[in-house]
Amino acid sequence: MTQYLLSVFGPAERGEFGSYPDRETMVKAMADTGVFNERLQADGHLLYANGLASAMDATVVDGQGETPVFSDGPYLESKEYIGGFWIIEAADFDQALALAAEGSKACQGRVEVRPFQ
Amino acid sequence: MTQVEGVITRVYREEWGRVVAGLARRFGDLDIAEEAAAEAFAIAVARWPVEGVPANPGAWMATTAKRKAIDRIRRENNRDHKQRQAQMSINNSSPDPVGAIVDDRLRLLFICSHPALAMESRVALTLRMVGGLTVTEIARAFLVQEATMRQRITRAKAKIKAANITYRVPSAEDLPARVSGVLAVIFLIFNEGYLATGHHTHPVRRNLTAEAIRLTRLIRVLLPDDHEATGLLALMLLTEARALARVTASGELVTLDQQDRGAWDTALIAEGHRLVSERLAAVVTPGRYQILAAVNAIHTSATDFRDTDWLQVVTLYDRLALLDPSPIIVLNRAIAVAELDGPEVALATIDRLEDTLAGYHAYHATRADLLRRMGRNQQSCAAYDTAIELAGNTAETAYPTRRRDQLPK
Repeated sequence: MTQYLLSVFGPAERGEFGSYPDRETMVKAMADTGVFNERLQADGHLLYANGLASAMDATVVDGQGETPVFSDGPYLESKEYIGGFWIIEAADFDQALALAAEGSKACQGRVEVRPFQ
Repeated sequence: MTQVEGVITRVYREEWGRVVAGLARRFGDLDIAEEAAAEAFAIAVARWPVEGVPANPGAWMATTAKRKAIDRIRRENNRDHKQRQAQMSINNSSPDPVGAIVDDRLRLLFICSHPALAMESRVALTLRMVGGLTVTEIARAFLVQEATMRQRITRAKAKIKAANITYRVPSAEDLPARVSGVLAVIFLIFNEGYLATGHHTHPVRRNLTAEAIRLTRLIRVLLPDDHEATGLLALMLLTEARALARVTASGELVTLDQQDRGAWDTALIAEGHRLVSERLAAVVTPGRYQILAAVNAIHTSATDFRDTDWLQVVTLYDRLALLDPSPIIVLNRAIAVAELDGPEVALATIDRLEDTLAGYHAYHATRADLLRRMGRNQQSCAAYDTAIELAGNTAETAYPTRRRDQLPK
């Protein structure tokens, strides 16, 4: 078993319906993601999952100096940021890819699969 | 080459992939498999000329390599306890589906061409792990620095390990897509050998075409029911058969109508034709490699360019277009149409491809040829100019340059 981080990317700017174009799409994506999460849980893959607040609300902290330095905004400037993620456990990479594909379909976003060490 | 050296070379070609595959399965680690196999062959090179060739060289290689792998793991275990746990965890992945072929080399092919790896990494890994080409040979074949190629292979192996890409035959539902992925990697190796990219390089690298053919023969053995593997093998044989006639001594590409058909390799053609007839006799709808092989069978059946059965070539391209609506297929179909219905009809078709193929040298070279045949010399000249500008290999520029310079002023 290997643990993987599945990150969902979305636009930096979020509108009234988050990263979705309209209410209907948003409601469907959330419902589908809920179903997917339940399946992950039931099959013993799910370790943790959650959505993130906007990247614009992030703060970068550098504590390497004598006093910590805080800077407003995300660590990297980008047009797209991680909007949410799952931490899962899978038998192997192919299984992780298959789960990521399902998750991507459910939440309607592209998913990055990255193994933990 | 002495007799023993000859044996070692042959055993290396025949056994390398099997030895690496067996070790990779037993120890679940491509690094260990590759290094131990290389060590075993180095020992053979040192010992066999003195001690003689063992009765069963393949088994000797497998045993020696396995012993070397265990030595290596022990040495590393003494250094690092954590590594022992990682490396001694002999492959426990889910068993292969019942009835599936369990040759280790098949698993090795699937892992090397895993879709999560970059295409260039899949090509490099396949040539190294299954084909047994050295990193130096692969680097030279693809005109990159040896260090770059070594890095590419190392990174791919690291990703396989970190992501836990396991050593198994894909599930039945994934199998067709994964097999076509393996074939795509091999076809890419063949094409790179058949028409190498890069200016001032020899246009044909026979070691790559030969390796691609060898790998496809292996896949045919491993997956005898895969018709596209048969199609791909036939396609490559019928293409390779014309290799000598395809380039002049000065390195210029020779078009099909100008080739000396007497210089074609009749043995390869006979084998290719046999495979194509085998596929034609089957009722299963052919895939793209089988159709392309059939097109090449028609070309290689004609004793003279003018005797080519163009109607059948066009019909085959029509079938191919149903599977793959790519503009390149339309372009190739148009070349056959020019022979069947004349250059005017062909030109009308390919002029519609301008938007999608404007950056492709063969599009402009084809247009230039058609315009030349219609006597529209000024437009032909301009099209040859564009083709020359866009071509990727000196051999590709030689043909349009000569044609352009022969146009009446």
